Amino acid sequence: MTLHLTTEERALLAGDHGEAVSLAMRILVSAAELLGAQALVRITSAHIDGCLHHGDGGVEFAEKLVATGGRVVVPTTLNVGALDLLHPDTVRADPSKLAMARRQMDAYVSMGAEPTFTCAPYQIGHQPAFGEQVAWGESNAIAFANSVLGARTERYGDFLDACCALAGRAPLHGLHIEQNRQATVIVDTTNVPDTLKDQDVFYPVLGSWLGLEVGREVSVIIGLPPTVSRDQLKALGASAASTGAVALFHVEGVTPEAPSLDAVVSKTQSVDRIKLTADMVKGALKRLSTTDTIERIDAVAVGSPHFSIAEFEALLTLVYGRRMAVPFYACTARATLQDLEVSGDLLQLQEAGVEIVVDTCVVVTPILRESGGVLMTNSGKFAHYAPSNTGYEVVYGSLEDCVESAATGLVARTEAIWSW
Amino acid sequence: MLIPGNAEGRLLRLQAPISLWGGIDPVSGAVIDPRHPDYGVSISGAVLAMPGAVGSSSSSAVMLELLREGTAPAAILMARADAILAIGIFVSVELGYPTCPVLEVELSALDGTPQGTLLRVTSEGRVIRP
Repeated sequence: MTLHLTTEERALLAGDHGEAVSLAMRILVSAAELLGAQALVRITSAHIDGCLHHGDGGVEFAEKLVATGGRVVVPTTLNVGALDLLHPDTVRADPSKLAMARRQMDAYVSMGAEPTFTCAPYQIGHQPAFGEQVAWGESNAIAFANSVLGARTERYGDFLDACCALAGRAPLHGLHIEQNRQATVIVDTTNVPDTLKDQDVFYPVLGSWLGLEVGREVSVIIGLPPTVSRDQLKALGASAASTGAVALFHVEGVTPEAPSLDAVVSKTQSVDRIKLTADMVKGALKRLSTTDTIERIDAVAVGSPHFSIAEFEALLTLVYGRRMAVPFYACTARATLQDLEVSGDLLQLQEAGVEIVVDTCVVVTPILRESGGVLMTNSGKFAHYAPSNTGYEVVYGSLEDCVESAATGLVARTEAIWSW
Repeated sequence: MLIPGNAEGRLLRLQAPISLWGGIDPVSGAVIDPRHPDYGVSISGAVLAMPGAVGSSSSSAVMLELLREGTAPAAILMARADAILAIGIFVSVELGYPTCPVLEVELSALDGTPQGTLLRVTSEGRVIRP
């Protein structure tokens, strides 16, 4: 198997269209060869995860592309950076690091990408259509684009997503190819009571279990209600993509490639079937918290993936007329913040003590108070990454639990729904 | 051989898959995920046998930072190619920083090799005891 490039692609590689795209093509071709791709595929959009400052190498790479004339050639959105550009005091870090983080975000904007700075571009109007070939970075966005929208992307990491955006192409492999999108694992949730499946708090737990259980296999989940919401699927995917390399899951009767089990289950590979038990669910729930003995929390964070308007509406109903006793962070896109300003919800959320963070989030950059402590969240992804990235202990609970706990500073969790 | 190169280091076989982002400190190379069984261990300079890579697509960036800082593993052995790690290595080379050889190896082939054994990865893609 060798990689076949078109005449145009060979010209891009050779530098006929400038050094930046030539560099992008060199990396793209190395990646395609490593992945065993036989061709590149044209893409219709890209979501670049390279704006977040992990160190100065990322700045150097982006600025090298800018300096050599790099421009994105397909509509391109940007993932979170390390700064809240609209609220500059939100992030604590030394000025030189803040300046480098800013340079990294600016470099991608100057290559023509849209300054969306969100991990959920799909909820602010950037939605590829069913079957579209795209190159998306950010694990939750990848899972959402593939699973919920039926677009086709592989798991693109920092740098390769940018290379795809500059070249307008991606290696033709993996989930870009129809037959690789079929399920090899059936997850049967019929044992789980419908009362639990109606609750948002179930979905990050299911996702966390799924990621650990199936790793990078494609699964199909059966037995979920047809009313399962986009935000519930978003939470499921984000959680699954943090505990495992899950890039695609199907939900029978819900997601677009799974109108029926027959339509989505692999005919050529062996298929495992797993029946979800109460013990599996309880084990996954327990794993999302690092402590079950601490009574006092120091902060609440929600919005990983970034909060949608529907989630803010649910939050506002819960906090309306109350005052949070501990810092309560809600992370979202600047576009969503603008909608909250227009509707007047922003003022009411702020009056209750909700602090809105945009362009970034609390687990990717220092926002939480340095003293450390206990963070409560309704996000499986925050629960997974907060201990290592912030040093905080984590308590997982529903949005209702988070608000009740934040109002008093004491952990309040509804446990009864988990017993059956 | 997924990414060719010569290297020498002591075998560090991780006990569970890891996401470099959120799992490894990009400056020191230490495992920082308190839920990982190898929490606190440094992957810097090791011939790192990875049972799998999970999670964040930002792991390419962490790989680049490790190579720039000089705290990357000496070589990586894994059962299945992981493009996310490899991209960090390709970018490192484009920017003039070191590479890190990556070999496709069934990890069960290491069952008789104790943790900490000095290993050499050759440019032909072999893993030997020097």
